[in-house]
Amino acid sequence: MKYTFSNRLKIGSIVLMVVGAICLISGFLSAPSTVEEAKEMVAAAHGDGHGGGHGEEASHGTEHEEDYMEKSGHTATADSHGDSDATDKNHEAGHDASHDEHVLHQLQNRPWSALYVAAFFFFMISLGVLAFYAIQRAAQAGWSPLLFRVMEGITSYIVPGGIIVFVILLLSVLHMNHMFTWVDPEVVAHDKLLQGKKGYLNPTFFLIRAAIFLGGWIAYRQYSRKLSLAQDQADDNSNFKKNFRVSAAFLVFYLISESMMSWDWIMSLDPHWFSTLFGWYVFASMFVSGITTIALITIYLKSKGYLPEVNNSHIHDLAKFMFGISIFWTYLWFSQFMLIWYANIPEEVTYFVTRIEDYKLPFFGMLAMNFIFPLLVLMNSDYKRVNWFVVMAGIVILFGHYMDIFNMVMPATVGDQWYLGVPEIGGILFFAGLFIYYVFNALTKEELTPKRNPFIEESRHFHY
Amino acid sequence: MAHYEAPIRKPLVTGDKSYHDVSVDIARPVEGKANKQWWIVFSIALIAFLWGIGCIIYTISTGIGVWGLNRTVNWAWDITNFVWWVGIGHAGTLISAVLLLFRQKWRMAINRSAEAMTIFSVIQAGLFPIIHMGRPWLAYWVLPIPNQFGSLWVNFNSPLLWDVFAISTYLSVSLVFWWTGLLPDFAMIRDRAVKPFQKKIYSLLSFGWTGRAKDWQRFEEVSLVLAGLATPLVLSVHTIVSFDFATSVIPGWHTTIFPPYFVAGAIFSGFAMVNTLLIIMRKVCSLEDYITVQHIELMNIVIMITGSIVGCAYITELFIAWYSGVEYEQYAFLNRATGPYAWAYWAMMTCNVFSPQFMWSKKLRTSIMFSFFISIVVNIGMWFERFVIIVTSLHRDYLPSSWTMFSPTFVDIGIFIGTIGFFFVLFLLYSRTFPVIAQAEVKSILKASGSKYKKLRDSGKPLYEMPKGTVKKATPAPAVEGNKDEKVSALMDKLGSFNPETDTADELQKIKGVGPQMEQVLNQIGIFTFAQVSKMTKSEYDLLDSITEKFPGRAQRDDWAGQAKKLNNK
Repeated sequence: MKYTFSNRLKIGSIVLMVVGAICLISGFLSAPSTVEEAKEMVAAAHGDGHGGGHGEEASHGTEHEEDYMEKSGHTATADSHGDSDATDKNHEAGHDASHDEHVLHQLQNRPWSALYVAAFFFFMISLGVLAFYAIQRAAQAGWSPLLFRVMEGITSYIVPGGIIVFVILLLSVLHMNHMFTWVDPEVVAHDKLLQGKKGYLNPTFFLIRAAIFLGGWIAYRQYSRKLSLAQDQADDNSNFKKNFRVSAAFLVFYLISESMMSWDWIMSLDPHWFSTLFGWYVFASMFVSGITTIALITIYLKSKGYLPEVNNSHIHDLAKFMFGISIFWTYLWFSQFMLIWYANIPEEVTYFVTRIEDYKLPFFGMLAMNFIFPLLVLMNSDYKRVNWFVVMAGIVILFGHYMDIFNMVMPATVGDQWYLGVPEIGGILFFAGLFIYYVFNALTKEELTPKRNPFIEESRHFHY
Repeated sequence: MAHYEAPIRKPLVTGDKSYHDVSVDIARPVEGKANKQWWIVFSIALIAFLWGIGCIIYTISTGIGVWGLNRTVNWAWDITNFVWWVGIGHAGTLISAVLLLFRQKWRMAINRSAEAMTIFSVIQAGLFPIIHMGRPWLAYWVLPIPNQFGSLWVNFNSPLLWDVFAISTYLSVSLVFWWTGLLPDFAMIRDRAVKPFQKKIYSLLSFGWTGRAKDWQRFEEVSLVLAGLATPLVLSVHTIVSFDFATSVIPGWHTTIFPPYFVAGAIFSGFAMVNTLLIIMRKVCSLEDYITVQHIELMNIVIMITGSIVGCAYITELFIAWYSGVEYEQYAFLNRATGPYAWAYWAMMTCNVFSPQFMWSKKLRTSIMFSFFISIVVNIGMWFERFVIIVTSLHRDYLPSSWTMFSPTFVDIGIFIGTIGFFFVLFLLYSRTFPVIAQAEVKSILKASGSKYKKLRDSGKPLYEMPKGTVKKATPAPAVEGNKDEKVSALMDKLGSFNPETDTADELQKIKGVGPQMEQVLNQIGIFTFAQVSKMTKSEYDLLDSITEKFPGRAQRDDWAGQAKKLNNK
């Protein structure tokens, strides 16, 4: 049975895109262009008694933190700043001005960050699904082939999603914003640590890497999809076998490229900070978001009468993965947080100090949404088969992982000037609309059930 | 679990085994006698074990000073061996718990031995911290128990204490999980046991398993619950072991990737050890039909995957050390790769990252000899990994005047070899007294994945037919009821008569279960050759039992016909 994109959903997704785009554009238009405007905005925000978990005190906290970072930068460049006593006063005065400019940059970054977080989040969903799909292929799983077309539909978004992320990175490198501070040669010139990283963190190499990663992922997606469709028409299993091999090869590429991507696209936003676990942590986030999306779309299609052979054991298995990978994510979150907190090494711990001081609610709220909520809701075996339970848990998990990316990006780009306001919501709406439009459009292209997959019969009989 | 299986899946039990064959094959090592090779290996292991005990006694009576530790390298072989053994233990729980949750049927042939390996290796691991205490009789001080020593209380901030909790929990849960799985299998041995002493022992071990539906239902439930419990435990144990290092601020130790990377490394080394043990065991206990080449291939694939993950972590550490711009961190890794311990680093890299890549080749990963070789290489490599992490990070600290090297004394080496001996002593004893394959679980997949049933299904035949013997038995019923002579002639009709002039008599005592007395009885009936015995089926066994009126059911249980067939072919 072929899927037909219902008009209601299509119009809904277009409305989301239009509303989202308007919100995003208004975000860009209202960003300050001069230091004075930025000062006014900050003053106004404080005058309004803006809450959001970061009052006056907290923002001072960040300033100290930044001072602190700067000092630790100085220790790295101790030679050039040896005579600090004499220059201290000048330095202080210069510091005020540079602080104002810093705030301006943060406010200018805000619409960009809102755009970037949402663009990356929806791109990451399709990349997570691609990894899940490749694992199913390489492991020769018998339960999941009925869901392959759904997964292929979601991974189709990797093409537009990937291109959009690449364009944002390109614009950042072209100094359209200040999200990646290390692309600014001025900044690098005064920062010994960044000079040390120049061999890796330089605009050209950065874009080349991004192109290689995206090229590899998109190539696998398209080739595997082609083989998957060809298998339905073939009279032997050669396409299936080829798909098995190419999926295994992809997973090797993915293992390496995913980690590097996370260093490049997210970790380098805080260019002084580093964590070896970061790549796998981002992976857990994208993996659980991807699996959740598979479950949500499958349940939606089933509710419309498609996928008649998908039974509640399949949903149960997806929900088990949502549960298990949520805990796995928590495990990695905890490992990274706990080790850095325990060792309390200044250059590392600053990352979490900023987040706890300025982002208390999103930081800990995310933990509740990504860990406590799925743990409690999906613990019971029976609940994993109740569709509305899975949907409810899924929506919370997706929002929780949006917040996870938010917490990774925002403290580096906008500092304490964060909001969940018009541009942020606009970003979510726009990309959600685009994602729905593109994915459901891709789902209409082919039969929703693969015919000649050698394991399709196992998947039909699947009963837990 | 779905019982349908795609035809392209290869059988997991080869050799056309029936349910009865599974029982016989798996009970054989327990019921039979140990061969010479077993005794040779056991003696070597025992000697190594005794040597280790000697070294331990020497250490405790003299002091930790007999080890090669020094002021700079104050942690070396003891902790290396500890982590190595704990790591090996991981595969057992992974196979039994995680693969159960992932419904991997192939785990059923290997989970029992893998879990045994877990328990035995955790015992070895536990020895090292206890010996290192110097006064092992005070080992209970690591437990937070009320005491009369004033302010003596454990330090809850220390990962070393978390280790105590994690590993003791892990050992207990693994033991319970293992034993639960053993209950129906012990009951099988109990039901087959001939000697009353063995029957007694195995009925104690099987906790009075009856095999009722209720037993099975509870068995399944508890297995699932324990699997759910054991899965976070697998992750937690090696995570906490990694915290022993990563919570510190020592360059090379403090890195956030340690927890998942230690877990991956543990699975890696554990699967290598499972491969080492099972490749030998399948040969010695002739279990090739259960632990097939496919099983070894799948384990090789797990080794390849986890090896690559570990490799990715090595490279990540190396890269981030450079990227961090922290010169101490940079030096720690530079020193690893190019310093005086570079040989250990490159041994680790070669064994753990490069060697598993051979497994991409189907030809190599299905070669038994090559798999065995790689499994040994990986075991060595993973020992070096821990050595590299621990010793090279310590031996050059912040103060160049205290830089030094570590060299193990004969006591260090002796204790390590002793634990290997102890491990093999336990494993060899296990392999003679425990059912080494979870036969109840293998039987649960036999219809779906056994080659016999796969073939029947492929040729469109029914999976079960009433045995022809019973039908026959029904017709000559009067013969059975009749006198002894009629029964003897009915039996001889089926088995064929023995002509002393043309045929030569075989030594029937070679059949297990046939003693001198039974041989005489058989000869009186007219049975002299293996060929005759090999023709026996259920109805003939029953006839024989009714003639001899001794040991009812024994001939069938010992599978005389199957044994005779083999002896006849020799």
